[in-house]
Amino acid sequence: MEKARPLWANSLQFVFACISYAVGLGNVWRFPYLCQMYGGGSFLVPYIIMLIVEGMPLLYLELAVGQRMRQGSIGAWRTISPYLSGVGVASVVVSFFLSMYYNVINAWAFWYLFHSFQDPLPWSVCPLNGNHTGYDEECEKASSTQYFWYRKTLNISPSLQENGGVQWEPALCLLLAWLVVYLCILRGTESTGKVVYFTASLPYCVLIIYLIRGLTLHGATNGLMYMFTPKGSSALSLLAFQIEQLANPKAWINAATQIFFSLGLGFGSLIAFASYNEPSNNCQKHAIIVSLINSFTSIFASIVTFSIYGFKATFNYENCLKKVSLLLTNTFDLEDGFLTASNLEQVKGYLASAYPSKYSEMFPQIKNCSLESELDTAVQGTGLAFIVYTEAIKNMEVSQLWSVLYFFMLLMLGIGSMLGNTAAILTPLTDSKIISSHLPKEAISGLVCLVNCAIGMVFTMEAGNYWFDIFNDYAATLSLLLIVLVETIAVCYVYGLRRFESDLKAMTGRAVSWYWKVMWAGVSPLLIVSLFVFYLSDYILTGTLKYQAWDASQGQLVTKDYPAYALAVIGLLVASSTMCIPLAALGTFVQRRLKRGDADPVA
Amino acid sequence: MVAFSMRKVPNREATEISHVLLCNVTQRVSFWFVVTDPSKNHTLPAVEVQSAIRMNKNRINNAFFLNDQTLEFLKIPSTLAPPMDPSVPIWIIIFGVIFCIIIVAIALLILSGIWQRRRKNKEPSEVDDAEDKCENMITIENGIPSDPLDMKGGHINDAFMTEDERLTPL
Repeated sequence: MEKARPLWANSLQFVFACISYAVGLGNVWRFPYLCQMYGGGSFLVPYIIMLIVEGMPLLYLELAVGQRMRQGSIGAWRTISPYLSGVGVASVVVSFFLSMYYNVINAWAFWYLFHSFQDPLPWSVCPLNGNHTGYDEECEKASSTQYFWYRKTLNISPSLQENGGVQWEPALCLLLAWLVVYLCILRGTESTGKVVYFTASLPYCVLIIYLIRGLTLHGATNGLMYMFTPKGSSALSLLAFQIEQLANPKAWINAATQIFFSLGLGFGSLIAFASYNEPSNNCQKHAIIVSLINSFTSIFASIVTFSIYGFKATFNYENCLKKVSLLLTNTFDLEDGFLTASNLEQVKGYLASAYPSKYSEMFPQIKNCSLESELDTAVQGTGLAFIVYTEAIKNMEVSQLWSVLYFFMLLMLGIGSMLGNTAAILTPLTDSKIISSHLPKEAISGLVCLVNCAIGMVFTMEAGNYWFDIFNDYAATLSLLLIVLVETIAVCYVYGLRRFESDLKAMTGRAVSWYWKVMWAGVSPLLIVSLFVFYLSDYILTGTLKYQAWDASQGQLVTKDYPAYALAVIGLLVASSTMCIPLAALGTFVQRRLKRGDADPVA
Repeated sequence: MVAFSMRKVPNREATEISHVLLCNVTQRVSFWFVVTDPSKNHTLPAVEVQSAIRMNKNRINNAFFLNDQTLEFLKIPSTLAPPMDPSVPIWIIIFGVIFCIIIVAIALLILSGIWQRRRKNKEPSEVDDAEDKCENMITIENGIPSDPLDMKGGHINDAFMTEDERLTPL
């Protein structure tokens, strides 16, 4: 008698698992950047259109496949067509790469969380130099938050070639991160189902708290206005600018890409989650709910981010003004309080004409304070989360509390996504009879976590962040597009759209509306093909790939070329997942030929 | 103050106020001073005195409610106060606590999983025993002692052909 497949205790657990997987760090640190780049308000138009045209149909497709086949990605695609089991294998490979590098982010979040219990926060002050006469040189050139990130957390080397050794502090944090993930996936859906209640809901609590705090901060409105009127455009040209952005193809491509990757399609996690569902589950409703919540969270998080941006920029701007005023007051013996923000330019002009020699003497020390340039620091990725946000937090009152809340939220988001990633790897493994008969579920999970942790130590070396960037940019992007394209074509044309539709109707009792069928069969594959072509041509046209390296002597990032072996690793990453599809098809074909060859002589 | 600073230096714990000699006292609060060895043989080298004063500048300033801009020791450049350095970094303590909690939780979950599996393995045999008891009871309780059909196992009815014989071998 076959052991019954474990199920989610209720459909709420399933929805929470999908939300906790889809709502990840990308919603917090990629979407606000895109919003800023492509005109704020006007970016929402392509974003919502892409959500309806691309996001919801593909999400529904994956959930439906998982719920119908009731197996992990490898088994599900093998059932659809034996020649396409490579798609499942490719998904597992990509998920494996992703879980290797993604947990390093959780390790960094743990590091910052543990360091938040100090007064003052370690990233708010620069350490002293050797003879205590001043601050550390690197810290002076960069800022204290950048110094803490690049020197204390990463201890980054000047280039990819200089490997350095494994740093024990991030290594310990990575070990802890993997232990936490293991604890959550130990018992399969039983434990995961309970954990996702927290990882899905707690980030929203923190975001709401931050929204209230962010909107009441001084200068938050500057940031919010900047979100809608970037790059020095006045209110009059605002409308023209936004309409212009709508015609920009890059905005549409980035919207499509963001929707695609934000929902986590193609990794096999959604199939894995859906395979633990009751067959009668209404996955259409859940697909719509999950995608809507994911997009709503992105928009919500960008409002929070921009109000924090505004606060930080205003704080720095006012500090700069104060320093300049103090300098002028001291040099020209002006009355205390004479200089204010409004008359600063006027007085500067007057002083320049009245005392030209003295003014030109101290002119090099005057910094040009501009709110625009402070707001213009459009950052995405780890830079936003660990540098910009920490800079804003250190200026708030009771900064320890805000810091703890913020990194706790990052941890919840990261662990939620990790649960999905590991589910994508573990479900096919536990489904396979060979492996699950020899090892219990706990041992398989333990092995996967151990292997990932061991390989992940590469990212804790001094050059680890550069390898992290390689994985982040190249491990999943092209391969996923190809995987989802093959998935859609497989379901619509290889398995048959009519057959799939009747399967779903028999399973859930509801007919599939014409909208989904049109999207699956026509629009979504076309969109994915165009995205794929765009990215390929972009990579080919760019020529050599470059990366940003931290230069300690200058205190800023410099661009360098990747060495040959790094390019080889990139090629290997992309090839190892995409080649699975044709190789598996070839393998099945050869296997069948051999079997047919065996069967022939008897007849 | 100067004597106090010298006392903080190892080997010089015995410096008394009488060992500090003042000279060149002026109207404005400024003066030269030297520190002598307790046995009053010689004066201590300037470098030693300078490093001792530098270590305790903070307390000297606070005693006079002055700061580095208003109280200056010539040839002792003012340095910034080093941040407080606890012997065990705080983050390791918190890390250790959370690490231990997670390890204990994992161990508990694994052990309870093993225990549950062992209980499940024992259950089928327990259920069998219960069935036996039920059958025995029924046969006894029945007023008519009936021969209990052998429920367990079951006999192979030879009237039916076995599967293997039905199909003619190739």
